[in-house]
Amino acid sequence: MRIKVLLMGAACGAAMTGMARAERGVDGQVNVIMWQAPSTMNPYLSTGSKDIIAASAVLEPLAVFVPDGALAPRLAAEIPSVANGGIATDLRSVTWKLRPGLIWSDGSPVTAADVAFTAAYCMDPAGGCAQLAKFDGIDKVEALDPLTLRISFATPRPDPFSAFVGAQTPVLQQAQFRGCTGAAAPGCTQQNFQPIGTGPFRVTGFRTNDAVLLEANPAYRDPDKPAFATLVLKGGGDAAAAARAVLETGEYDYAWNTQLAPDVIAGMEAKGLGRVEAAFGSLVELIHVNLSDPSPDLPEAERSTLKHPHPILSDPAVRRALSLAIDRSLLTDIGYGPAGQPTCNLVPAPAAWASDNTACLTQDIAGARALLDGAGWVPGSDGIREKDGHRLHLLFQTSVNAVRQDFQALIKQWWQEIGVETELKSVDPSVFFGGDAGSPDTFQKFHADLEMFANNFEGSNPEPYLARQGCDKVPGPDNQWQGENISRYCNPEYDRLLAEMSQTVDPAERGAMGRRLNDMLTRDSDAIIPLVYRGTSSAYANTLGGVVLNAWDSELWNVADWHRTR
Amino acid sequence: MLNLALRRLAMAVPTLLCISLVIFLLLEAAPGDPLGEMPLTVPPEVKERMRAALGVGEPWPLRYLLFLKQFFWVEPLHWLDRLLGTDFGAGQQRLISYQSRAPVFDVIAERLPQTLAVVGLSYLLGVLVALPVAILSARHPQGWFDRIAGSLAMLGYSLPTFLTGLVLIWVLAIWLKWLPSVYDTTLRVTDWASLLRQLRQMAMPVAVLTLYNAAQISRYLRAAMLDNLRQDHVRTARAKGLGEGAVLCRHVLRNSLSSMVTVIALGLPTVFGGAIITEQLFKVNGLGQLLILAINAHDLPMVMALTFVFALLIVLCTLLADLLYGMLDPRIRHG
Repeated sequence: MRIKVLLMGAACGAAMTGMARAERGVDGQVNVIMWQAPSTMNPYLSTGSKDIIAASAVLEPLAVFVPDGALAPRLAAEIPSVANGGIATDLRSVTWKLRPGLIWSDGSPVTAADVAFTAAYCMDPAGGCAQLAKFDGIDKVEALDPLTLRISFATPRPDPFSAFVGAQTPVLQQAQFRGCTGAAAPGCTQQNFQPIGTGPFRVTGFRTNDAVLLEANPAYRDPDKPAFATLVLKGGGDAAAAARAVLETGEYDYAWNTQLAPDVIAGMEAKGLGRVEAAFGSLVELIHVNLSDPSPDLPEAERSTLKHPHPILSDPAVRRALSLAIDRSLLTDIGYGPAGQPTCNLVPAPAAWASDNTACLTQDIAGARALLDGAGWVPGSDGIREKDGHRLHLLFQTSVNAVRQDFQALIKQWWQEIGVETELKSVDPSVFFGGDAGSPDTFQKFHADLEMFANNFEGSNPEPYLARQGCDKVPGPDNQWQGENISRYCNPEYDRLLAEMSQTVDPAERGAMGRRLNDMLTRDSDAIIPLVYRGTSSAYANTLGGVVLNAWDSELWNVADWHRTR
Repeated sequence: MLNLALRRLAMAVPTLLCISLVIFLLLEAAPGDPLGEMPLTVPPEVKERMRAALGVGEPWPLRYLLFLKQFFWVEPLHWLDRLLGTDFGAGQQRLISYQSRAPVFDVIAERLPQTLAVVGLSYLLGVLVALPVAILSARHPQGWFDRIAGSLAMLGYSLPTFLTGLVLIWVLAIWLKWLPSVYDTTLRVTDWASLLRQLRQMAMPVAVLTLYNAAQISRYLRAAMLDNLRQDHVRTARAKGLGEGAVLCRHVLRNSLSSMVTVIALGLPTVFGGAIITEQLFKVNGLGQLLILAINAHDLPMVMALTFVFALLIVLCTLLADLLYGMLDPRIRHG
């Protein structure tokens, strides 16, 4: 881990030497357009990536993720490890050392007490902290001395890097937020809009959901950075308008989240003002197969529960055939272009965790037909297969979204070819993802046979993500339909391996276990049918230097290094 | 006159209460969840805690009464305090947006200037263009001017603003690079240079909306003028030997004014409602865009406050139109 970080630092340093001058504020203004504008600068009150990205120019965590998913210290002097004594041998605590001499933008010193305060701020039961999950399992956070912080866990943690790692959980200034804990948190508008930070910029003006004005932080620890004197984050419009403002009119230097049809992007890039690039994190567009029976004939509380296995999809041959019939490359080309890659994995990265599972990448209609024939599903008079009185008729739902509706139509056609009749349904995203236990249309209730959406994990440790597919995480009436094992996949072997992984420290071993778990969900059972590994694309002008895309952390993770090229 | 005004004002109160209840119940019945757009990486327990912190779980009558209290009591107190420097409303929870946790009316106040500048100016320009066009058209109905103006109005009326806006952006911003395509709300007008920048960034959205407003209003006015042209008193005026100009201005225009005032006054609330599409297109980020964002995010306090303010303005403008009507036409006042 250390070596990787050092190498990464060296690589970044090498990239920077291209800069002719290094002086703070000499490059004027950098204009960033985020078509969804930030609504707050306090990431503890919002889970929206727009807010987290905006805040990351001002607030910093102890460590950040670099573009390959590894860790690099920010406010910390180094990344704790068992070797340097930062991680306790019983894995129950981690000790962070702060960089000496750090100061807030108001000139006061940064101490471990600020970090401990931030933890208390988020863990306050009355606060409704959006990043609470990052503090899950933490017993206490204490400042041992002004530069030393110890985080103790209730149970041993092989990977203790969640709180204060990444842009979601930066350090707040205790002096500023002292009166804002618990129920008072949302009322502190001034603090939430203009937090005092340690980052390269500080807020000078905040207009909710419209624009944020920032200027170079005079107290930033590197006296030569940032190169830009001011940073403007402007919101409004849509992804196409944002890309246009960078690539066609040149009014802006950087556009966030320019998810557009590949041909539209190509047309805009042809003007030669800038380009669009994608960064790949862990986002995968996938189909969950319902292994339980969603039949409306069942009592409401028993639909899509473990009580009733699915009459058709419990047959592994059907699931395999559905997966085989899909042409993932075509889907990727149509929907995402260079911002997507066909995949067979639920966990596509980091490299140590990504399985070499590529068998699904070639479409095999004939093979799918043969599989169904072999399993006894014979075509009826209209070409739709039947077995034991069950017609191969499936309800396939997803959220309303142009690309997803294209995908649905294509997949329906391929399934038609292998004798499967598909009924399509699309649900408004705020209902589908809303999690309202009273609504029949949420993705957790899963009153359908198959459903498609995208999922990812935060940070570069996939363990909690894989743990969500455990048998105890099946949504049902007993947990108000809150649970993330959407396919209702229950396999004692999976749960056993998961428990084993939570006790394993060695990164290589953990990666191998993760790959095994991934394969169980995808290749072995087809309970989850991955389709496309999606990147997040951003557009930036040719005159903007120093941009290094990063899907594991905030896009502005290295905004201190951004500069104007000639 | 005063009596009429007071009577109408008293009637407006129950109307507004009814409207607020209907809006509240409609929003209540609509599916969706303020936390629905949250990434899937947020576990359900955390979502539940956040929901509780927002107060979403309370029963609806309680939340409705709280809304009324915040809207009609806490907010006026707060603004009074601001004005007079007192602290009557100190410590009382103001109406807070779910999205930003900022007081709803602070956000509205922040966005009002750009909406008034762009949408208000285009409405004013629309009226100023529509008046002479309507008068000239009515002078010779089916004449060459009326025909040209009529076709242009039909064009302006039927072309959606997202089309005219995009065409303008393509020609003036992308192709010719004369005007900016993104409206800068943080621009402060302090000197001639910044005034020029402000005018440049307002040019396209104002042009798009003016075309639409002028087309709409001029058609109404022309119809009103024509109605009056057919009246007996106009024939009498002409029979008296009055010139056509005097007939039009003194007899026809004056009599058409009452219906013009109605049309213009009833159109006023739309200025505050913003122009949703045009604002979105040019990134003006005014009240219209605010409403759309709030609806998408299920930010109920914001949607509720905005729609209710619009309702309030419509009721007030109708009242205003009625009163002006009475002032312009004595028959109504005494009748």
